[in-house]
Amino acid sequence: MGKYVFKRIIGLAALLLGITIITFSVIHIAPGRPTDLEAQFNPKVSMEARERIAHLYGLDKPLHIQYIEWLKRFARLDFGISFMDSRPVMQKILERMPITLTIELFSIILILLIGIPIGVGSAVKEGSFYDRFMTVFVFIGFAMPTFWLSLILMDFIGVRWGILPISGIKSLEFEKFGNFEKIIDMSKHLILPVFVSAFGGLAGISRYMRSSMLNVLKQDYIRTARAKGLREKDVLYKHALKNALLPVVTILGLSVPGLIGGSVIFESIFSIPGMGRLFYESVMARDYPVIMGVLVIGAVLTLLGNLLADISYAAVDPRIKLE
Amino acid sequence: MNKLTIFGICIVGFFIIIAIFAPIFAPYNPGQIDIENILTAPTSSHIFGTDSLGRDLFSRMVYGTRISLMVGFIAVGIASLIGIALGAIAGYYGNWVDGIIMRFIDIMLCFPTFFLILAVIALLEPSIINIMMIIGATSWMGMARLMRAEILSLKERDFIYAERAIGASDFRIITRHLIPNAMAPVLVSITLGIAGAILVESSLSFLGIGVQPPTPSWGNILSEGKAVMGAGWWMMLFPGMAIFITVLGYNLLGEGIRERLLKS
Repeated sequence: MGKYVFKRIIGLAALLLGITIITFSVIHIAPGRPTDLEAQFNPKVSMEARERIAHLYGLDKPLHIQYIEWLKRFARLDFGISFMDSRPVMQKILERMPITLTIELFSIILILLIGIPIGVGSAVKEGSFYDRFMTVFVFIGFAMPTFWLSLILMDFIGVRWGILPISGIKSLEFEKFGNFEKIIDMSKHLILPVFVSAFGGLAGISRYMRSSMLNVLKQDYIRTARAKGLREKDVLYKHALKNALLPVVTILGLSVPGLIGGSVIFESIFSIPGMGRLFYESVMARDYPVIMGVLVIGAVLTLLGNLLADISYAAVDPRIKLE
Repeated sequence: MNKLTIFGICIVGFFIIIAIFAPIFAPYNPGQIDIENILTAPTSSHIFGTDSLGRDLFSRMVYGTRISLMVGFIAVGIASLIGIALGAIAGYYGNWVDGIIMRFIDIMLCFPTFFLILAVIALLEPSIINIMMIIGATSWMGMARLMRAEILSLKERDFIYAERAIGASDFRIITRHLIPNAMAPVLVSITLGIAGAILVESSLSFLGIGVQPPTPSWGNILSEGKAVMGAGWWMMLFPGMAIFITVLGYNLLGEGIRERLLKS
């Protein structure tokens, strides 16, 4: 196990290097220099001043030197200073990250809690009314635009019926609440965002669970289990389910970038001060160091998600370690 | 054929016809402002109502169909060109060429696509052409992997050895024999990709960084609908439904093609 984890981490280091190269290229291949962006806030900036800014960011050096210097700072998690409020980029990201990760974590739990039973149920009763109903539901889930779903929920649950708050993560009078009330208040604010964030992934996981379970049910060892007279319940839930769950772990890891990317949409709609909203605000303001920082951190989070999925896969499936 | 697939084909066909014949279907000029009829609910003269500038929502939706489908088609066209080319090269040449392309794909897949798209838009202008190119440039990885896998199994087949024996060039073998025979699974990916591209475009336009008003797109109409939430349900209902139904149509069609391929 230790050797496997070690090998995976070496592979990840290579990927990480690739991520930094792509991020660096994206920003530098695009027409216009960051100094243009900063200078455009102030039309009076002279050529001389531009050169000074360029020198400050090391933009007058050759590209590969720039990259290496950027990489050195990246290794110290130093992404520079935000154009908007002159605060360190890393500090801004770290402030925003917990809320986004909390929402992602809850939505992954929700996806698993609902998606797995739906998929297993469909597979066990393949071709039944339930299965066909769930197939339709899955297609609806795939086609539903997240932002439209958010708007509908906001309009009905928030505005018309006033059941749940629709903006931010806490109420105005939050500070006056006791600890218990604070938790209730925040949870209320998070219900809609978590639900919206989970909705798209739900369809994918339940569909995947269904085909994985169907696949396992065709295996010889299931026939053996039935032949030796085990109860159907034991065959399904002790023998089949355990094996069918394995590939779902991988899919969960693969769905991390989608979840993080989706945070831009629901965080801007529900005004949640998370990473997605930070990214959106930076894009609108062309706050270049923050854009670069969030892009790299987003990719690193994806890497970690994949690593976690791979390690847990190896932990539950002894065949992996033998390879 | 499956009933759901036929349903998908009907949806896809319906919207393509609307997009092609937009000027015939649209009763008004989509940009025509009418201050006296601001935010009117659907009536017989404005069947989808009007927006906050009094423009006819139905006409805007009809022209929006053109934009949304065009972005979807061209973006996926770009993605499939890149994906098919890189996948075929990786699969055919193998060795280090394959290694480099596959690692590149692995790296690209690490980025939350939506973040990558937004970052590039921040640097360029959010014009329709840029949006099509960006979506295309960030969504080819799945197709490349499929193409590579197909080519890996095809290139060991006898007809390819025969082709090589008569002295055909690599280029000819790849473009005339390998790619056409490997297209089937990629076709599923292309169909589903159109749905994905339409979703991404409408999300971008909804966030105000996609197709820019006054050019109508389903996403930016919905964004205007958000601004008048509570005062104009039709501004939220119709564009949302259009996106949802179109995406559903392409997904159903894609699934239909996949099932057909599995059977044959």
